[in-house]
Amino acid sequence: MSFLQNSLPYILAGISVGGQYALIAIGYTMVYGILRLINFAHGDVFMAAGMFMVFLSASLPLGISIPLVLLITVVLGFIIERVAYKPLRSAPRMSVMISAIGVSYLLQNCALYFTGGLAKVYPQLPWLSDTVSIFSAVTKRVTLITPILTLVLVIGLSMFIKHTKVGMAMRAVSKDFETARLMGIKVNSVISTTFVIGSLLAAVGSLLYFTNYASVTPTSGGMPGLKCFVAAVFGGIGSIPGAVIGAFIIGIAENIIKGLGWTTFSDAFTFALLIVILLVKPTGLFGEKATDKV
Amino acid sequence: MNEPILTIKDLKVNYGGIEAVKGISFDVTEGQIVTLIGANGAGKSSTLRAIAGLVKPASGKIVFRGDDITGSDTNEIVRKGITLVPEGRRIFPDLTVLENLRVGAYLRNDDITEDINWVYDLFPRLRERSWQAGGTLSGGEQQMLAVGRALMSRPKLIMMDEPSLGLAPLVVKGIFDIIKEINKQGVTVLLIEQNANMALKTADIGYVLETGKITLTGTGHELLTNEAVKRAYLGE
Repeated sequence: MSFLQNSLPYILAGISVGGQYALIAIGYTMVYGILRLINFAHGDVFMAAGMFMVFLSASLPLGISIPLVLLITVVLGFIIERVAYKPLRSAPRMSVMISAIGVSYLLQNCALYFTGGLAKVYPQLPWLSDTVSIFSAVTKRVTLITPILTLVLVIGLSMFIKHTKVGMAMRAVSKDFETARLMGIKVNSVISTTFVIGSLLAAVGSLLYFTNYASVTPTSGGMPGLKCFVAAVFGGIGSIPGAVIGAFIIGIAENIIKGLGWTTFSDAFTFALLIVILLVKPTGLFGEKATDKV
Repeated sequence: MNEPILTIKDLKVNYGGIEAVKGISFDVTEGQIVTLIGANGAGKSSTLRAIAGLVKPASGKIVFRGDDITGSDTNEIVRKGITLVPEGRRIFPDLTVLENLRVGAYLRNDDITEDINWVYDLFPRLRERSWQAGGTLSGGEQQMLAVGRALMSRPKLIMMDEPSLGLAPLVVKGIFDIIKEINKQGVTVLLIEQNANMALKTADIGYVLETGKITLTGTGHELLTNEAVKRAYLGE
């Protein structure tokens, strides 16, 4: 019983963190799938969602501020694409990537301006933050809710992509812009939809993630953003199931390492994994075989 | 005499400073098969791409059924009833055959079951492969799928860019039979081909395009027997 008592909290935390990573990693993988762009600003959108929550919940009840956070984050993702990426549609891919890095720093510095560089206390979400005990292991309720919510959202998203007209258009656009246009598909709307979905999931991820932490800082998006990017590459960038599985593996592995007492090395493990996967299987677990768009 | 469904007036198309189409004018009469023939780089594909709205013309006018569609967005042009079967077929390899057909009907909100059956009747091979990914089909089957996909938008004018490219002679004959069959069912066809012999045998009217200009016009039969055409395009 003592083994369970000692290790279960870490495994549970791993599954939970994995779920939060998965929600962010989907944003990376979907945008890459459609634009072949690594959206470096995605981690900062996630941070921005945390900031929105801090500021909105200060004056509004949670029932209003939570939906508002989701909405504003979605609008932010939409605007970033329209302003920073869409005008570069026919530019070399490198230009778009540099634009993404620019957006990332812009968001961080805006956050710095609004917070004055101070860590902002993240609000306690009642019910989610409550502690529960499971098999005599004590944890927050969010730890149990996260994987369930993640799976529901991922299954919903997969159904959306597989069975709806917009989902079919997304799959068509991700393969061939021009032919998709010949079908009458508005390519720019489909790309916007992708950013909307990615930002929405990142906002949900941020609600769950920051509940476990005391505060949000302007650089809070950096590390989780990078790790989720690694998760997306590990799973095979462009693949949604790949990103989800990659995120769970990284989340669980990190927490097991912490449980073994090697907390210092848990981040290093993630990036070592990135190097190994790039050397051994550059397309990731579920990556496309064709390496580039024709 | 039928009215022209499509009128091109003094169309010019530039690609990065190079004039690919240097002011051409021609009509496509409703219900006919019209072909543009010419060598590589004569401006055939650029003409079709301009009509489909994939490139904006530098100048000139494109009128379809009385509407000026010059420079319109592709999705508006598809909605009006023009579709393009692109060069190299460009089917969606990860989508199933059925999904490729569905995506062809993207702008339609009515029931498309009947049209799927119509395409499957035209191409029984596609019905057998309905659940296969498009990328697993042979070249000829992919061309059938590309034509079927274009038909799903219920076009009034179907444009085809080199449908015979890279296909075995027997398969090419099958594709041209289908083009005639589609035309018989009321769809106007604008065809560009390097296989001038096949194209002119099939077409009602032909235009010869040379370095961005139309140099000859005539019925398919007239052009087939024209000495200059014979020498340049038919290898006689």
